[in-house]
Amino acid sequence: MRPADYFRIPDVSYRVWKVWMRNRDVFMKTIKVNFLVPFLEPILYLFGIGFGLGLYVGEMDGMPYAAFIAPALISISMMNASFFECTYASFVRMYHQKTFDAIISTPLNVDEVILGEILWGSTKSLINASIMLSVLSALQLVKLPDSLLLIPFSFLVGLVFSAIGMCFTAIVPTIDSFNYPTFLLITPMFLFSGTFFPLSALPEPVQLASQIFFPLTHAVIISRGLASGRIGAQSLVSLAWLASVGSILTILSINLMRRRLVA
Amino acid sequence: MPPIISAMGLTKIYGGIKAVDRIDFEIREGECFGFLGPNGAGKTTTMRMIQCAIPKTSGRLLVKGMEVDERPREIKRILGVVPQENNLDPDFTVLKNLTVYARYFDIPKGEAERRALELLRFVQLYERRDSPVDKLSGGMRRRLMLARALINEPEILVMDEPTTGLDPQARHAIWDKIRALKREGVTVVLTTHYMEEASQLCDRLVIMDLGRIIAEGSPAELIEEHVGSEVVEVDNRPEVLGLIAREGERYEMFGDRIHVLARDPKGFVSKLMGACDLERVAIRRATLEDVFLKLTGRALRD
Repeated sequence: MRPADYFRIPDVSYRVWKVWMRNRDVFMKTIKVNFLVPFLEPILYLFGIGFGLGLYVGEMDGMPYAAFIAPALISISMMNASFFECTYASFVRMYHQKTFDAIISTPLNVDEVILGEILWGSTKSLINASIMLSVLSALQLVKLPDSLLLIPFSFLVGLVFSAIGMCFTAIVPTIDSFNYPTFLLITPMFLFSGTFFPLSALPEPVQLASQIFFPLTHAVIISRGLASGRIGAQSLVSLAWLASVGSILTILSINLMRRRLVA
Repeated sequence: MPPIISAMGLTKIYGGIKAVDRIDFEIREGECFGFLGPNGAGKTTTMRMIQCAIPKTSGRLLVKGMEVDERPREIKRILGVVPQENNLDPDFTVLKNLTVYARYFDIPKGEAERRALELLRFVQLYERRDSPVDKLSGGMRRRLMLARALINEPEILVMDEPTTGLDPQARHAIWDKIRALKREGVTVVLTTHYMEEASQLCDRLVIMDLGRIIAEGSPAELIEEHVGSEVVEVDNRPEVLGLIAREGERYEMFGDRIHVLARDPKGFVSKLMGACDLERVAIRRATLEDVFLKLTGRALRD
């Protein structure tokens, strides 16, 4: 493939939603279990870190520690829901179940299958963020109604992490290879994206790298702005960063997948 | 009537290897057309090019007058595909597998349900409609694959090794369904390495080897042309070989047995009985397997 081929505009139609619907139908089968994780996760983190560690920390960046980490917890959940959906889960559908092969024997093409998967990953992010938001607002840790904007925002963050995941799914030889992006990308992001302490606590080069390379940093900036009702101009930069990286990586992942599946 | 599928100089190269090497064939509407060949002959690659799953490297391939690389969506709309490996959705029940698949073809919900139930009756899985797929036997899964391939009422059914790995009962069940579909006017394209399957089902077939088509015709024509009507099977002994050489007959050596493709089998057998002291001489009808082994040789392919 020539370099330009990695960014060819995908050939997609309304049919992407049929792939999305297939995944929704599977999700609905086990809906109770699917709600459990995003419901319990924020509660565990809040009690363990927010209230436990928060006793010693007191305030951070001018707000109670639990309120400081609450929007970060939502952002982390957006990241996990979409990244893992489009890595492990998509890989199982593609490689073990041959679901993609079955779908491309119909009028759908590979581009539509992959975009459908990415949109589903984004939806998983939205579902998880919404559940967490309801728990955190019940605990009065986020401001309403501003925080409701986190729901549409979670779809965009989900898109970015789904696309990142899908790029890896397109190139990994086996499912075990996902350990590399998980430990080399997701775990550092979890810790160094202004999640549990402000970015300013880090050395300046690390701050800069975090802002250039980590989508979670931008997700946290906007989430915290919305949750505290103090949204700044920096959020616009983050929004532009997420939107452009999200669209570029979505296109890239589709082209990488076409190379893998249509040889 | 123009052929429903035609290939001209069709070629597929994978990483420098010619999987399919300049083949030509024409498949007529309503017939059952077979691709025979040992593993690695290029059968599956040809099927996958027909079903627009992989692009061709060169040559032309037309399905109902449409170029495969120009109008894949329209072609896939009129195709039913049963791949070599089952790819049913393990997350769904038998019935849901069909209705979800129907959605990909824009078939409305009510209609999809109606067709799905009718097809489940056709493949005798109606009673199992609410079972999860992983509770089905191999034969049932294959029948469900066939039902799924029929959900869009295809004009052409493409099946890659439809009965590989099935027991004789399951195999005959699939054959019955294929014959029923043919009677309804569906064009059937299949690959197989079961000679009996090809003889039972195919009106015409090609034998492929190393990416090329090496023979073409109806099963009876191929047998007559390459083997003759009968085969004499006899032990591999020097005096037998001597007689064959004197008579100038064609033969194939299979370990300790020799298959003689005699011009006059009965006459040859009486000469054999006169010349040698033999315990095991058999004269039997020639089959497609004789043609296949004669053309593709005995060496293992993988």
